[in-house]
Amino acid sequence: MAKAPNAKIDRRELLPQLFPTPDEWLFVSGLAGASRDAAALTKDGGNLYTMAGAMGAAVPMGLGVALSAPDRKVAVINGDGEMLMGIGSLVTVASAAPANLTIVCEDNAMHGETGRQTGHTASMANLEMIAKGSGIASTLTISEPGEIAQAAAFIAEAPGPRFLVVRVLPTDPAAYRRNMDMAECRVRFRNAFMAGG
Amino acid sequence: MTADHPHAEWSGVMFDLFREAGVKLFTHVPDAGNDQLIQLAEAHNETRTVLLTTEEEGVAICAGADLVGERAVLCMQSSGLGNCPNYLSLAKGARFPLLMMISMRGDYGEENPWQYPMGDAVEALLETMNVKMFKVEHRDDMEKAIRAALGATGNGAQAAAIVLSQKFLGAKGF
Repeated sequence: MAKAPNAKIDRRELLPQLFPTPDEWLFVSGLAGASRDAAALTKDGGNLYTMAGAMGAAVPMGLGVALSAPDRKVAVINGDGEMLMGIGSLVTVASAAPANLTIVCEDNAMHGETGRQTGHTASMANLEMIAKGSGIASTLTISEPGEIAQAAAFIAEAPGPRFLVVRVLPTDPAAYRRNMDMAECRVRFRNAFMAGG
Repeated sequence: MTADHPHAEWSGVMFDLFREAGVKLFTHVPDAGNDQLIQLAEAHNETRTVLLTTEEEGVAICAGADLVGERAVLCMQSSGLGNCPNYLSLAKGARFPLLMMISMRGDYGEENPWQYPMGDAVEALLETMNVKMFKVEHRDDMEKAIRAALGATGNGAQAAAIVLSQKFLGAKGF
């Protein structure tokens, strides 16, 4: 089984520490474990749009939210497989340069949803370097629980757009059963946003 | 934007119709067919453009804009539609009312054989992913097609594409 090098962070304990006040954020999450973790964080709230398909779409969807709601803090939560499938979107994010966008990539170096197959980041690809090379100035990689506070400060203080890679243990994502009705969740998000949520 | 460009007149009309309908974000992969429109969107202070690396990003960006009640458009060449079907799950499954402006290659007067395979597939692809098609063959068709697409993606809550044929665009100059 693949294991992200040096990873010592349990993904289930990550997001609540990175986003201590999740109600202040608008979230878009990619498949699959990332969406479970994000749903656990927000209790599958109206400020979250989760995906379980359209692999690679989370970052550009978050970009669309960030550019269209420039006064709101927007975060994309995804995994390494999802990130790599839409890797060009980091270039698009860098050029569009939304100051209100944060991307958190939970990198477990494997495809957890489809049978834990080894991913590109297990030994070769370096997502932070790709983001930096794309033109995103604020980047950070952490792999130890003791670094999470530093990552939370990075999200709060570094100039956006920000790209955070978190090397996580190959543990299961949060066991949260989220609403999988993709059309209903669109309406849910829009209604919550219009209501000022 | 150059006044004597062969696409200047209709691009100006299209831009005004989009802007009046509240379209603020113009996502695009550069193409001769959308060049003038994108220049107008870049120049106007109420609209902005987003240069994509690949067309499907635009599908997701437009969906993101819709999540917060804003309107956006994806402008691309017909070949790029081939990059989009998986992301068009957002139209077919999640009912995001995506608006597209597709400039055709591989139809009337095309001389590049690489453009025919995707050009020929545009209609079937849009249909199979539940995107309504409003085709423009002649200048007189254009306003109606744009209004129809804006209506469909507005109150109609339906994904729609304005498809500009090469008969309309002119195959030369590409």
